[in-house]
Amino acid sequence: MDLSDEIARVLIPPLQRVQSSKILRFTLGFFWCLLHLPVSIVHLGSYLIKQLLYYMISSGLLQKYQNLQLDKLRYLAIVVESEEAKNTTKIKQLLSWLSSIGVKYVTLYDMEGVLKKSVETDLKSSENPSVADGNAVASVHQERMTVELLSFSDGKGAVAKAASFLCLQYLEGDSVGYNKMEPVFTETDVTNALKAVGHGGPDPDLLLVYGPARCHLGFPAWRIRYTEIVHMGSLRSMKYGAVVKAIYDFSKKHQNYENMPQFVYEHF
Amino acid sequence: METQRENSASNLLGGVWCFLRKCLFFVLSFGPMPNHIAFIMDGNRRYAKSRRVKQGNGHRAGFTALTSVLQYCYEMGVKYVTVYAFSIENFKRQPDEVQSLMDLMKQKIDELLKEESIVNKYRIRINFWGNLSLLSEPVRLAAEKAMASTARNTGPVFSVCVAYTSTNEIMHAVEESCVEKRGRIRKGYNNGYKDESVQADNKDSVISVTDLERHLYTSDCPDPDIVIRTSGETRLSNFLLWQTTFSHLQNPVPLWPEFSFRHLVWAILEYQRIYPYLEQRRTSSKEKN
Repeated sequence: MDLSDEIARVLIPPLQRVQSSKILRFTLGFFWCLLHLPVSIVHLGSYLIKQLLYYMISSGLLQKYQNLQLDKLRYLAIVVESEEAKNTTKIKQLLSWLSSIGVKYVTLYDMEGVLKKSVETDLKSSENPSVADGNAVASVHQERMTVELLSFSDGKGAVAKAASFLCLQYLEGDSVGYNKMEPVFTETDVTNALKAVGHGGPDPDLLLVYGPARCHLGFPAWRIRYTEIVHMGSLRSMKYGAVVKAIYDFSKKHQNYENMPQFVYEHF
Repeated sequence: METQRENSASNLLGGVWCFLRKCLFFVLSFGPMPNHIAFIMDGNRRYAKSRRVKQGNGHRAGFTALTSVLQYCYEMGVKYVTVYAFSIENFKRQPDEVQSLMDLMKQKIDELLKEESIVNKYRIRINFWGNLSLLSEPVRLAAEKAMASTARNTGPVFSVCVAYTSTNEIMHAVEESCVEKRGRIRKGYNNGYKDESVQADNKDSVISVTDLERHLYTSDCPDPDIVIRTSGETRLSNFLLWQTTFSHLQNPVPLWPEFSFRHLVWAILEYQRIYPYLEQRRTSSKEKN
């Protein structure tokens, strides 16, 4: 280790001086691009293989994807990048795919609430009868599928509201302000408080992320404790085969855990 | 004579390898580098099973991988590294497994505090996040000692989540916020005025998001840039759910003891590809709030 430190000590300062020189900075940039080349190649290769697989799934060539077992998938959630969420046609198409697959409960989330504005008005104006509005959550019944719409304020903001609810309850039992008992809450208290302030939705089993990155973008933290999170790529290039594959992989994984209590399969 | 020559040869090789590593990190740093990486160290038991050794050896191999990864991260200039060592749910496992994990943890904490360890080399500040009262006495004391003796270190930060779940952390933050609120109200009464926010029309804002974030264990730590869960699992398993709004979630296939230098470099490259998008989202969200 000492020898390496010596070498580094001698050579790194001139390398740092390199940064100020344009030509040498260009060389550094060139090597950096070279470093990224294998990553780009792997991404391209994997993309092509996936497109082929999705095409084969959609055209019914692969038997095993034809009958999906949905008993383990009770609640599905979708996170959409807000810019892409403006494309209502794609959203409706996705919802119709999920409905045809047989998913019963879908939670749609985007950070800025674009979906709440566009999808809710759209579904309200169509022939579907019942629309239920909760505080910041709209539930719309589409055929046999319930669609829940969420945005960023249903995440951290909702927990703050639940915390305020619990705090008020605690303080009310403490009318003069000199009660010696410390507040002791349980996670169940917080869950019930979330329900009480209108933000108690079910925990999704599977979360599909449509966007450039595999990132949950602030989906309500309390609900994604043990949710499988899958990155689907951009909404623009969404494929039916990809949705089928994600649901199939989920159902296969959870079939293996069928006889185990939920948290036993948490490995470390 | 032979061993002396062997030693100096391996020292030289080690030195060359370290130099090459530093050059690679220098090239990598041309792009954006993460400030905080979080690891879910999954796969120790499967590793032990695949190598047909005892489970304890899987965890030991995992610890070795951890010290190497820490070394590489700090060499790269990553200031914060957080690891998910033990979940509250893991207490439900077989008692002898839990006990051996606790023993291993205590042993490793003691090792980390020794003179020649990585902690002193880089002046690392250690945090233990979680409901430490659930730990057995010797482990809890060792953890508290480690936190106290490294509290004044100014180097990188190593946070270990033990007896931790994100929901437990949030619940704890709610409790602390309530206590703080009660304290403010009492002060108010003493000064002769009532706290406005407790009135009916402001009942939703008694406690704000900022109040809660102040009482999370991670309050003095930036949000993770990358969360890496090894062994290909796609769940977050109740880890840093509040703090990962804009974190790049990665799930490489290798098991944790197999996670090595090249996997870490690959993870950074993946992060650099996606950085412009995440940074744009982060800044536009900050502007809105």
